[in-house]
Amino acid sequence: MYTKDGESYFIVDAHIALWDARPENIRNVQGQQFIDCFYDYHANLSPESEVWPKEEYLYQGGERLMKDLFTDGYVDHAIFQPAHLGEFYHRGFGQTDEASALAAQHPDKLTYNHNFDPRNGEAGLDQLRADAERFGLKGVKLYTAEWHGDSRGWKLDDPMAYRYFELCRELGIRNIHIHKGPTIRPLDRDAFDVADVDHVATDFTDLNFIVEHVGLPRLEDFCWIATQEPNVHGGLAVAMPFIHTRPRYFAQIMGELLYWIGEDRIQFSSDYALWTPRWLIEQFVDFQIPEDMTEYAPLTTAQKKKVLGLNAAKMYDIEVPAELRLPEADETETGPRQPEAADLASV
Amino acid sequence: MATLIAARSSTGEVTQDAVRRALDVVFDPELDEPITDLGFVRSVDIVGQDLEVHLRLPTSFCSPNFAYLMASDSQDALCALPGVGRVVVELDDHHDSAIINHGLATDAGYKGTFRHEAEKGLDELRRTFQVKAHTAAMERCLTALLRADEALAESALGDVMLADLPDGPEKASLLRRRTTLGLGCHASARVMVDEHGVGHEPDQVPMALRRARSTRISIDGNAHFCRGLLRTRYPGSGDDQTRRVDGEEPSDPTFIPLSDLKEHPR
Repeated sequence: MYTKDGESYFIVDAHIALWDARPENIRNVQGQQFIDCFYDYHANLSPESEVWPKEEYLYQGGERLMKDLFTDGYVDHAIFQPAHLGEFYHRGFGQTDEASALAAQHPDKLTYNHNFDPRNGEAGLDQLRADAERFGLKGVKLYTAEWHGDSRGWKLDDPMAYRYFELCRELGIRNIHIHKGPTIRPLDRDAFDVADVDHVATDFTDLNFIVEHVGLPRLEDFCWIATQEPNVHGGLAVAMPFIHTRPRYFAQIMGELLYWIGEDRIQFSSDYALWTPRWLIEQFVDFQIPEDMTEYAPLTTAQKKKVLGLNAAKMYDIEVPAELRLPEADETETGPRQPEAADLASV
Repeated sequence: MATLIAARSSTGEVTQDAVRRALDVVFDPELDEPITDLGFVRSVDIVGQDLEVHLRLPTSFCSPNFAYLMASDSQDALCALPGVGRVVVELDDHHDSAIINHGLATDAGYKGTFRHEAEKGLDELRRTFQVKAHTAAMERCLTALLRADEALAESALGDVMLADLPDGPEKASLLRRRTTLGLGCHASARVMVDEHGVGHEPDQVPMALRRARSTRISIDGNAHFCRGLLRTRYPGSGDDQTRRVDGEEPSDPTFIPLSDLKEHPR
């Protein structure tokens, strides 16, 4: 919990990882390039005081994770969203055993989501059943740009993927977190194309689809799809740190999200260990839309509370102290939210 | 070496400057900017009539289809230079560097380069981003108009004609993108149109403007993030980047406050 100026915020960090990119786990040049890319994101978008040395960035371990999130980071509950990346790392990038054991040890603080890959076919379906039982899955993290033998990407509306979503439905796995791209197949199309999200969201209305990175770098395509589908949500992984280096861009991201999908469908995350939650939460609570951006209404405290934790807590049935809860906004299920709340024409 | 070659320009040989000017026509389709402005040209080596150009990108995982487009467009632009001999274009430090560089060296084309992963071609992809670039340019012009004229109603924007826009870089940029899409640039043409030149009913205008705005925000945000990542990845590469005003922030080295821009319109 974070408290500032008499207001208390229940914090759910909805996208975290426990990864291992130490040299002994790196399988090929792509594995090296992948962690290098993450580190450049970290170094480019963090405040100077929050930049870690590269060697600390390769692996954190459970103890460090618990400290960064729960001791120092104000987080009440966090959700693992592991990327497998078996083609790049010998034992995978997200550490399944270590992360799930940590979650089992701290069930009040941690939820473990796992992943699946429809290119694993029938055997993968059996594996998903086993994983659902082993981890008690409420959600999965899907990365459509995962490499898999000759195939370097898949689509959510591939016929085999539908078999997996049907199984998710049967197993009670309701929360489907999606990281779109850069997906190489089909190479003719935009690698960050989100059209397949539209199809699955329409065909599986009883599942929640949380598009991570709020569709970045295709914020506009994400907003357009999400505004039409009441079961599509936006995860702020990677969008959050812009609050520091590019606050005007961050204000626009928040303004667009509130306009197109509304305050009840946006989820905070630090994307740990890409970034740590403490500074992000502190800056978000202090954040306001710049005054000259009259095309957006100011952010309210209630909106901040929902984004920082209440929205994800609701999706995951995480118990929130009664005094910290808020009712849902009285907003339309689809289409722009409260379009009259801001008006550029009045500048 | 660069100075020596530049000094030889009067003799009609291929020069550093000529090479970079030739590369000015190569755009990053996604960010809608020349690769020379983005700092993506890492090196230009000239030996006699022969050229070797290296390109660099903000991450190893930038989309390979865009990476390929920029590299092959560069090769095409350089081969068209008068008096040029052998042209080698290489993309450095990308996860598909080996595939793309081999494809360029053997003139394999898109399908020959990516084999089973390529289907038809990249024309549709290019077009998708030309449409986005036009949408963003249109929104910049219309929002500027709204900010400048308090009496102008948002719903009236559908009737704004090209002649109503003040001359300046924003209008020039819109006209260039209209031309790319084949929309025509007659003074009486409507500004607020889709990629087929079709306008909007008055009650649809505010939503269409909002949608266009999200496209503009996205392109500007991506452009600055990619520029920043390049500077992080290749220290010193910022010296090769030119200023991008759209989406600029106080943290950018070249930032000029909006109030100054208002007093001295560009």
